[in-house]
Amino acid sequence: MTYSTRGLVAGLALTGAAALTLTGCNGGSANASGGGGKVKLSLVAYSTPQAAYEKIIKAFQATPAGKNVEFQQSYGASGDQSRAVASGLAADVVEFSLAPDMQRLVDAKIVAPAWDKNQYKGMVTDSVVVIATRKGNPKHIVDWPDLVKPGVEVITPNPFTSGGARWNLMAAYGGSLADGDDENQADAYLGELLKHTPVQDSSARDSLQTFTQGKGDALLSYENDAIFAQQNNQAIDYTVPDNTILIENPVAVTETSEHPTEAKAFVDFLYSDTAQKIFSDNGYRPVVKSDETRDFPQPSGLFDITKFGGWDAVMTKFFDPDNGIVGKIEQGLGVPTSK
Amino acid sequence: MSRWSLRTVVLAYLAFLLVLPVAVILYRTFQHGMSPVIDTLTTSEAAHAFQVTLIVALCAVVLNTVFGVGAAILLVRYRFPGRRILDALIDLPIAVSPVVVGLALTLVYGSRTGFGGWLTDHGIQVIFSLPGMVMATSFVALPLVVRAVAPVLEEIGEEQEQAAATLGASAFQRFTRITLPSIRGALAYGVVLSLARALGEFGAVAVVSGRLIGKTETVPLYVLDLYNNFDQTGAYAAATSLVLVAVVALVASRFLRPRAGVSRA
Amino acid sequence: MSQLVSELSRPGVRARVKMPALGPSVNGGFVVLFLSLVVLIPLSMVVYHAADDGWSGFWHQVHSPLAWSALKLTVGTSLVVALINLVMGTAIAWLLVRDRLPGQSVLDTIIDLPFALPTIVAGVTLILLFGTTSPIGIDLAYARSGVLVALLFVTLPFVVRTVQPVLLELDRDMEEAAASLGASPLTIFRRIVLPTIAPAAAAGTTLSFARALSEFGSINFISGNLPGHTQVASVFIYGKIQEDSVTGAAAVSTVLLAVSLVVIVLLTVIQRWVARRE
Repeated sequence: MTYSTRGLVAGLALTGAAALTLTGCNGGSANASGGGGKVKLSLVAYSTPQAAYEKIIKAFQATPAGKNVEFQQSYGASGDQSRAVASGLAADVVEFSLAPDMQRLVDAKIVAPAWDKNQYKGMVTDSVVVIATRKGNPKHIVDWPDLVKPGVEVITPNPFTSGGARWNLMAAYGGSLADGDDENQADAYLGELLKHTPVQDSSARDSLQTFTQGKGDALLSYENDAIFAQQNNQAIDYTVPDNTILIENPVAVTETSEHPTEAKAFVDFLYSDTAQKIFSDNGYRPVVKSDETRDFPQPSGLFDITKFGGWDAVMTKFFDPDNGIVGKIEQGLGVPTSK
Repeated sequence: MSRWSLRTVVLAYLAFLLVLPVAVILYRTFQHGMSPVIDTLTTSEAAHAFQVTLIVALCAVVLNTVFGVGAAILLVRYRFPGRRILDALIDLPIAVSPVVVGLALTLVYGSRTGFGGWLTDHGIQVIFSLPGMVMATSFVALPLVVRAVAPVLEEIGEEQEQAAATLGASAFQRFTRITLPSIRGALAYGVVLSLARALGEFGAVAVVSGRLIGKTETVPLYVLDLYNNFDQTGAYAAATSLVLVAVVALVASRFLRPRAGVSRA
Repeated sequence: MSQLVSELSRPGVRARVKMPALGPSVNGGFVVLFLSLVVLIPLSMVVYHAADDGWSGFWHQVHSPLAWSALKLTVGTSLVVALINLVMGTAIAWLLVRDRLPGQSVLDTIIDLPFALPTIVAGVTLILLFGTTSPIGIDLAYARSGVLVALLFVTLPFVVRTVQPVLLELDRDMEEAAASLGASPLTIFRRIVLPTIAPAAAAGTTLSFARALSEFGSINFISGNLPGHTQVASVFIYGKIQEDSVTGAAAVSTVLLAVSLVVIVLLTVIQRWVARRE
């Protein structure tokens, strides 16, 4: 077969046309602010606050600041969403379930390093780690030691893929310390806990599904997830242990936002009584308490991540896949047994 | 006797693995009647998801069809160095995990990479937008049209085209008036299979989609969303709609399948 | 002119008339470029990033206990799945071609269903049926057997669809002759039918192996994702991506790609063997 330059050039042109078809198959460009002053904000958040945000957005749009603002919403697992934004997903406002997912964006220069310098430390909602059980709690699982009793199956996600799992394990670790264990015993407790875990789903949401589908006796989860499940008629109870960790969910406006004024107005609105009430109705502990927000039980031994030196230290000490405490536990668990 | 034992074994296997799952999902969908199903399928989010799925699938199928016919002709009618390699490479997508597809595309076309960044600067968003999803979908369905058309091309031979060439027909005329009509059946079969595959792709699209509600959320992603929000009936409803589309595609492909026949027993 | 035409139309003549080079070049250019942009360049980038930490880094990632376990589980289970498909797929094809049952054509059509069904629907369905709330009381979720069943479901059509056409084409005369000479059905199958369908069966088996290796969506739900136990390679890779460990993800992906390439080459060799026998 002989080649002709004309032919090859035509071939390239054809491919170029195909590429244009590809981009043409793009149903409209993102973030186009159309005529009439309408501004489109892109909200990228983790999965659980979806119901809350749908209401908050409507409330915001009823205010003067939000009158001409439309929203493009995206919800998914916190880590997935954070990585997506880091890889180029356009976002004006981002909210994640834990600070390291925000830190990723700081490292990628998408969020300013000073994101946590406001009076709320950059957090928009709180929650705590709770122990969820079957309705009626037939196995009487109410505190950390109960989880490692013989025959008890615990559901918690894979800590290398799920932020929720990390909150869970740090709560368990802290709970063990508060019960009088020293660090070695607390490490051993974590090992025991993971031995009692028959399934390690990729995300907190998947774990919730696994538990409500009937697997396991207890689920370590966010309080707001447990409340969400109950609001959706799932037959579960939950206990707030005396010693548990405060979960703090970070929010920020991105540096790459094309509408920083409106984006900041939206984030400011998130701290308003209206928005915080909506969050609390959906099971989140508000950071701005008012008469309208619901009451949540206060654990006597509540601690937060600073007890262990903050997330940076914790990620290295516990969750480094090769050398972290949990990393080593997971590797030790990988002894195949036939099933 | 052995005929019956074969029948029992095969039918039991199929019942267990194939019939039962489909029956269960249909049962769970319509367990509470038609109205929850209709409610789910008529929300604006569902409508958007179907729209996105359809656009992505159609674009991918068009691209794959052009590619498929071109590649089939190239492989069957010509001999050139690297032909066998091309042949093998076309089958590669079957063996690539959707997760790897997503990863691979992001590594090349993500806005934070060299080439991808250049594209974004010029206003072309690939990943987290429809073009990326079309590419991911195109990837996974790539071999289907080629493998449907190539054997038929091989069968029918070149005599007619050669005759036409000597009679003065141009390449374009030969293609549109002889080649295309002769592969019509196989092409339709390949396109239908491709469409079914494209409509259902989940893994690769999940990575490159960005899940923008109303914009890049496909029906499979929507099923996952409903499922995670405890709207089980809704999830099954959306899933069943996909099952129905798959069944329609299958029935269509059965009639189009080249030499779909009866046993000459 | 007419003599030339009749010359060329003689059956068996494979003369390659020299076509003008424009058409195939345009075609070739497009085909190769499209393949490169969509498949080859992205996949090479994966391989490229696998080598980010050099050969030792690559080996470290691949040989880490959890990665190695995931790879062993994936390849091992896919092999088992492929072999089960070989047997059952051939049996199913035999039934569809040689038997007469009510509702057979319906069965024939829905055999392709796992192939056309979205993987996530398969996942949701399988967990419904074989999970903890299973209506038939079979609980395979979160066990290796759950992974096996999921893979059997998605690979069901492959061997059936490659063997079926060959069985359809098969000339029954030899079998009938052997039967009239007193050969048992098993002998007939073993010595006449089997050699004929062997290449097609092998091709289908290889395809189902390749498919099982790469499956993700349906397994995600039903496997326990226990690292080192029920975590398959594709889910492991997903986890690595989530950890921002691109090198780790790329390294394990490259190993899977290599295994897949071997499989593909095998398939091409088998296909040529099939072609030569016809």
